[in-house]
Amino acid sequence: MATRLRRIGWALAFLSLAALGIPWFLWGVDTVLLGLPVWIWWHIGVMTTATLAFWLFTREDWGIWIEPREDPRLGPEGDSSGDDRGGDGL
Amino acid sequence: MTAIGIQLGIIVGYLFLALAIGLLAYRVTERTAEDFYLASRSFGTIVLLFTTFATLLSAFTFFGGPNLAYAQGPEWILVMGLMDGIIFAILWYVVGYKQWLIGNRHGYVTLGEMLGDRFGSVGLRGLVAGISLFWLFPYVMLQQMGAGAALSGLTAGALPFWAGAALVTVFMIIYVVLAGMRGIAWTDTVQGAFMLVITWVAALWVLDAVGGAGAATAAVAESNPEFLALGSAFYTPEYMLSTAISIGFGVAMFPQVNQRFFTANSETVFKRTFILWPVLVVLLFVPAFLLGTWAAGLGIDVPAGENVVPILLNEYTPVWFAALVIAGAMAAMMSSSDSMLLSGSSYFTRDVYRPFIDSDISDRREDLLGRVGVVVFATATFFASLSQPGTLIEIGDLAFSGFAQLAFPVLVALYWRRTTLSGMYAGIGGSQLFYLLSVFTPFVPATYFGWNASIVGMLLGLFLTVAVSAATTAAADERQSRFFSGVDR
Repeated sequence: MATRLRRIGWALAFLSLAALGIPWFLWGVDTVLLGLPVWIWWHIGVMTTATLAFWLFTREDWGIWIEPREDPRLGPEGDSSGDDRGGDGL
Repeated sequence: MTAIGIQLGIIVGYLFLALAIGLLAYRVTERTAEDFYLASRSFGTIVLLFTTFATLLSAFTFFGGPNLAYAQGPEWILVMGLMDGIIFAILWYVVGYKQWLIGNRHGYVTLGEMLGDRFGSVGLRGLVAGISLFWLFPYVMLQQMGAGAALSGLTAGALPFWAGAALVTVFMIIYVVLAGMRGIAWTDTVQGAFMLVITWVAALWVLDAVGGAGAATAAVAESNPEFLALGSAFYTPEYMLSTAISIGFGVAMFPQVNQRFFTANSETVFKRTFILWPVLVVLLFVPAFLLGTWAAGLGIDVPAGENVVPILLNEYTPVWFAALVIAGAMAAMMSSSDSMLLSGSSYFTRDVYRPFIDSDISDRREDLLGRVGVVVFATATFFASLSQPGTLIEIGDLAFSGFAQLAFPVLVALYWRRTTLSGMYAGIGGSQLFYLLSVFTPFVPATYFGWNASIVGMLLGLFLTVAVSAATTAAADERQSRFFSGVDR
């Protein structure tokens, strides 16, 4: 069940991936490691991390932010959302 | 047989192979709009992943990107990773999965249909479709221009530009009209896998000839040491971020990509595809763009107006292999264009023709009209492409950024219950107007402290959607529940 902590945690995790997609701290660095510039290895590392993070997300918290949840603070027009967490068509 | 003969033979052979797959799909296609446009929402992981991937890639992967890496260094790998591996992957979930849930429940086929129904407004539906068709037009032209230039370059002008563009246009039309979404997705799957394999074989072949990645990179350090250092006067942080953000968001609003959000057959398909995005991005773009950079170190000379990858491969690999790679590039252009034509036709029939001209059209007639629409649209873009109004990069950037303007209003509508129809009109209309003025008139600047106007337009769209929604109340026939629960009201 998606708690508030998880909702915020995943948002921060995804934002960090985006923020670190380009290694700003390696700006101007031209070190070569195993035949490739070191920042290309960084890129490969970030993409691998993203894959693992996405995998974990689909296992643990898929549906977060999207599928209906018990939340008393629905908007003024909110339909009484008593439905079964569903809508996922299954 | 001459090199040109072999190359043309391989390319034409490819076109016929694609046609054969299309005909196979035709045999299982039902004559309904949902099947023609969405293959009856039946796609599994591999087909959905590769059809989206192949659709995203255009000639840029094999021509434009490596050319840029040859001239300016390989930093585009990072832009591509952020854009497609992270931003688009997240949008795949945030926009795509949400749209899939809603679309499944209410049977939507297009973005405009979904928004129009939610906000109870035929006008909004038509506006979204109209804007999409407007930006789609230059992007289809771009593919025709790319194909025309590639074929005329390959035959050293024996096949003139217009004939190359016409050949590809005719093939595309026959193919889309016959096969529909199912045929396109099947060939895309073949093409996507083909592009991935061919890129790796090309990179390994060249590296084997020059003594490995270490030697190739060392040669670049000799000839262009600045390429190995991250960043340059060309690759500024503002440029890299502007490009990655506006293209990443633009991609999710592209009709041919957005419509694929409705085609998955289950939630599992979405999950697997989501996980595989970053993997696919690394596997394709790292070798493809590095080839361009290594070519600079190997002293490959690229005459103006030509592409680095074919020249590099002609130097280090047999003629038939270089031709296969060009066939791969043609495949990339075709798979982008055929999907665009199909989605464009569905936007026209469902969001413009049906609501505004004839609301009682039968499924069979709508299906027929969609196919006629493809012919008309492709013919129009073909004639427009003959005048070659800009470079490939200019036109591509224009189209992507135009679509990116739609992203924030759509996101707000999907996630914020209090979004109103007035807010949507303000957000979509305001950002489009701002961006159009920045492109076509001198009154609105094109850059702001190094950031592109498209980023400023996106933020303006976000602000207007939220501010105007907050200041207005929902009209009587707006239906928030369409986006926010399984219950209809």
